[in-house]
Amino acid sequence: MKWDVDVRPEIAVEGVGKVFGAFTAIEELSFEVPKGRFISLLGPSGCGKSTILRMLAGLAAPTRGAVSFKGAPVLEPPPGMVYVFQQYTKSLFPWLTVLGNVEFGARSPHAARAGGRTGREECMETLRLVGLEAHAASYPWQLSGGMQQRVAIARALVARPEVLLMDEPFSALDALTRESLQDLLLRLWGELALTVIFVTHDIAEAIYLSDEIVVLSSAPSRILTRVSVEIGRPREQLATRESAQFLAHRRSLYQLVVGREQAA
Amino acid sequence: MRLEWVLTPTWPAVSTVLLTFWHACVDGTYLEVFGSSLRRLAIGYLIATACAVAIGVAMGVWRRMFLLFEPLVELLRPIPSPAYLPMAILFLGIDDGMKVFMVAFASFFPILLNTVSGVRSVDPVLVDTGRTFGLRRLQIIRRIMLPAAAGYVFTGMRISLAIALIVTVIAEMVAGNSGIGFYILNAQRSFLVPEMYAGVIALALLGFALNKGFVALERYALTWHEGWNAATT
Repeated sequence: MKWDVDVRPEIAVEGVGKVFGAFTAIEELSFEVPKGRFISLLGPSGCGKSTILRMLAGLAAPTRGAVSFKGAPVLEPPPGMVYVFQQYTKSLFPWLTVLGNVEFGARSPHAARAGGRTGREECMETLRLVGLEAHAASYPWQLSGGMQQRVAIARALVARPEVLLMDEPFSALDALTRESLQDLLLRLWGELALTVIFVTHDIAEAIYLSDEIVVLSSAPSRILTRVSVEIGRPREQLATRESAQFLAHRRSLYQLVVGREQAA
Repeated sequence: MRLEWVLTPTWPAVSTVLLTFWHACVDGTYLEVFGSSLRRLAIGYLIATACAVAIGVAMGVWRRMFLLFEPLVELLRPIPSPAYLPMAILFLGIDDGMKVFMVAFASFFPILLNTVSGVRSVDPVLVDTGRTFGLRRLQIIRRIMLPAAAGYVFTGMRISLAIALIVTVIAEMVAGNSGIGFYILNAQRSFLVPEMYAGVIALALLGFALNKGFVALERYALTWHEGWNAATT
């Protein structure tokens, strides 16, 4: 299918399926992600959301169908895309300081392709963006969970990605930290003109953050529906979450996601 | 001070031994003796470390390498080093070359096995993190797997250090003309009994110092390891 350059989707998933031996995790998925959008993949635990994200990232290969990024097929992690893991403790390098971890991102092959400045000042600036410049000399394991995830985000951002793939990045954090990181993420998304694909099982989080929510069924997964979230930006933790639109979305998504679970 | 319970030349008074030890320290005997032993030990040990880490990483990363080497390793590893000493002498003579080979061969296996374990225990999330930033296989091995496996590797190296010293001494005793092993055996043969005991004390102190030195090095290289372990358990 020919795409007009202006409206060509950033990421296109066509007929993607994933089978692990006899187990079909993902039946068949097709969707596109336009540039600059914040998309959530929402679904119950175990529905393969992480698997899909890994295939988008080039970390895993689909057994059927194909993923393409900017028109080119994704066979291995492409430059311009960074994956942020749920288990931040296991993702940050424990032998490097916070600054060292961010410098790793800045000097990585993908960052080099993006042609950004990779000096210490650039790294410190990114740490400032996530509010951690005071902890540059600490080791990641000396910091709290929320701070560690912020380091991971800083490390990802310093590589100047166009797309951020986030696998339930805040689910291991307490509610207050989660909310402050949600707002941080939205601010960064706005300032840096990123495309974000965000995996979550938290309905409220998906509505709060996204432009669009792709709702997945449990395994073998397929897309149940795509919901466009028309709530205006900037969004605010209290006001937005109390608005009629928000509540309406919550109600319908809850019935869709949880209702199906109870029926299954 | 003598209680005179035992009166035989094979049990000199402790004071005699200590005096002999002190004299040998002061007149530079031990310096010369340890010098040659440590040289052999160091060369053999470093060769073993380099080979074991290289092969261990290969075996840990690539399944085919593991399947290739594992039978050979399991065959050779359990052989006690004195058993292939005669073979080594036959092929390599009685010079330093033979001794270095013996030390290297015996030190090789603990480091190898620990390296394989270490590489295998590297968290896949760490590796995937490297991949998502565009690192290639070899870069991931060098910049992520090696530091992550360092704890295991150092453990293997610490075990091998003790073995290396033992094998050095044995090789020097069996076919040597210098070094601490030869010194002790020669003292025994020449009935220089206090010198023999003094030599053993010196050897014990050397082993102790080597181990302490290694532990200090390990702590310096792996400062992050303790903190990380404490934080992630």
